[in-house]
Amino acid sequence: MSSPAERLADGFRRLRRAGGGQLGRWFVIALPYLWLTIFFLVPFLIVLKIAFANIQLAMPPVEPVMIWTADKVLQLRLHFSNFAFVFGDELYIAAFLNSLKVAGISTLLALLLGYPMAYGIARAPGAWRNILFLLVVLPFFTSFLLRVYAWLGLLGRNGPINDLLLALGLRHEPLQMLQTDYAVYLGMVYSYLPFMVLPLYSAIEKLDLTLLEAAADLGCRPTKAFFTITLPLTQEGIFAGCLLVFIPAVGEYVIPALLGGPDTLMIGRVVWDEFFGNRDWPVASALAIVLLAILSGFVLLLQRVQAREREA
Amino acid sequence: MPGRRSLFVLMALGFGFAFLYLPILAMIIYSFNASRLVTVWDAANSPTLAWYVELFQNAQIMESARLSFRIASLNATGAVILGTLAAFALERYRRFRGRALFGLLTTAPMVLPEVITGLSLLLLFVALQDVVPWLGGRGATTITIAHITFSMAYVIVVIQARLATVDRSLEEAAMDLGARPWKVFFVITLPLIMPAIASGWVLAFILSWDDLVITSFVSGPSSTTLPQLVFSKVRLGVSPDINALATILVLIVTVCVVVAGTYMVRLERRRARDAQAAFDPAS
Repeated sequence: MSSPAERLADGFRRLRRAGGGQLGRWFVIALPYLWLTIFFLVPFLIVLKIAFANIQLAMPPVEPVMIWTADKVLQLRLHFSNFAFVFGDELYIAAFLNSLKVAGISTLLALLLGYPMAYGIARAPGAWRNILFLLVVLPFFTSFLLRVYAWLGLLGRNGPINDLLLALGLRHEPLQMLQTDYAVYLGMVYSYLPFMVLPLYSAIEKLDLTLLEAAADLGCRPTKAFFTITLPLTQEGIFAGCLLVFIPAVGEYVIPALLGGPDTLMIGRVVWDEFFGNRDWPVASALAIVLLAILSGFVLLLQRVQAREREA
Repeated sequence: MPGRRSLFVLMALGFGFAFLYLPILAMIIYSFNASRLVTVWDAANSPTLAWYVELFQNAQIMESARLSFRIASLNATGAVILGTLAAFALERYRRFRGRALFGLLTTAPMVLPEVITGLSLLLLFVALQDVVPWLGGRGATTITIAHITFSMAYVIVVIQARLATVDRSLEEAAMDLGARPWKVFFVITLPLIMPAIASGWVLAFILSWDDLVITSFVSGPSSTTLPQLVFSKVRLGVSPDINALATILVLIVTVCVVVAGTYMVRLERRRARDAQAAFDPAS
């Protein structure tokens, strides 16, 4: 039996340990939570507020939404005019639809190129696999802006692609490639290809090869085996890859601004122009809210796919 | 059977990697071109290092590169500290009040369009400028805060993945031997997740170093980061000194990633060997 003094000391030790743990736990959660609340959650509420405000000629260029009147009553002035304006203007609707179209086509192109690449990497012999994997990741670490910029020279009027077309006699005058929607598709696929390849790679790598062997033994053609076994079993990776490309592509600003023409309407660019060009903060905020509403469905879908992937 | 299909896969691989790397390669080659018309090769005077010399003599570029470097390192350090705490909270404290919201707040910055994040942060800083005066003058401070907020999410993913693989019995053993939670964290857990912290730091640094959209919203007239300067230049078309800049940056990043990759593999191997030796009584 331990003496009462020892028991008391032990009790204190335990109490201190538990107390320290509680305090530490509180600190570990609260610090990042507080940061994200102040700098991520609250800003959204402000965007929401400004989306319901009226524009004014001052700095900041918005009328207050909440006002204390002379008789100490809090007055809430919500204007729905910004949303009415956004939904009533064909230009904004066209920008939203075009963003979805450009993002959708780019995602499809990235999938068509990314799937065979991911397949090739996953089936490559051991040492090669790591090297190829690194080569896919590497562009992600090099500047996004500079990688988009690289295409400016290549696609230009006297760039190497036009030189080649002229030399081969395929064209008699330089082809206008910059400032077209095609250049934007190209830039999107180029920039977001790693996002497509990585989830596809991990899905294909996990695939049980004996299934394909069994199919081959039973006389199944490789093409048929691919469509009935490989493709369905890697569909989680396909979903994840497509969403990872699609979601950022919808709101993209840099690629349409550098490679697209003046008529390449994309919503990220419209928000930017409303904000910096027209200084119309309320309309920019309303556009951001609508964009957020469109994307949140896809984001939730992505979270579900990724959660399922973690469980698998 | 495999002949035709593997040929197709090989072709896709070849095409894909050519697609990924030829533009970068072209940019590197053109950086040695003497002609101001970038893509028109001036055979008589090329290759030349003239654009590199011009780059280093351009005070504006050097100034904004210094600013970007300062912001990126500060951001990476802040993002790693907050990100480690958040990853620990998400991985080890399965249940706490508001966990669902916390999970959403830690992943959303990764997927949201940058124009939305940038716009919302600017509106916050404008709203705060009467309450917190030192935030009012937008510049390096507001840019750093904005960068920490969005790059933290990436750091959390990296560190959380590593934390999930840490052998809990090591921590429990230390606890049983009387170590306090803080001591356990610093002596046991931290060294084990160090590779993830290092790669998280590098990732956060690169994200900040590279960011244009969010920065443009929250920066002031007196602070121009390198991406902002590059963007304003290339909007007017290709520019030879930007090719030289891009070449230097690509080379630095490539060397860093390759060195970090090999170091990490070696560290991993040594740790596995040490662990084996510890359990092997013969050695």
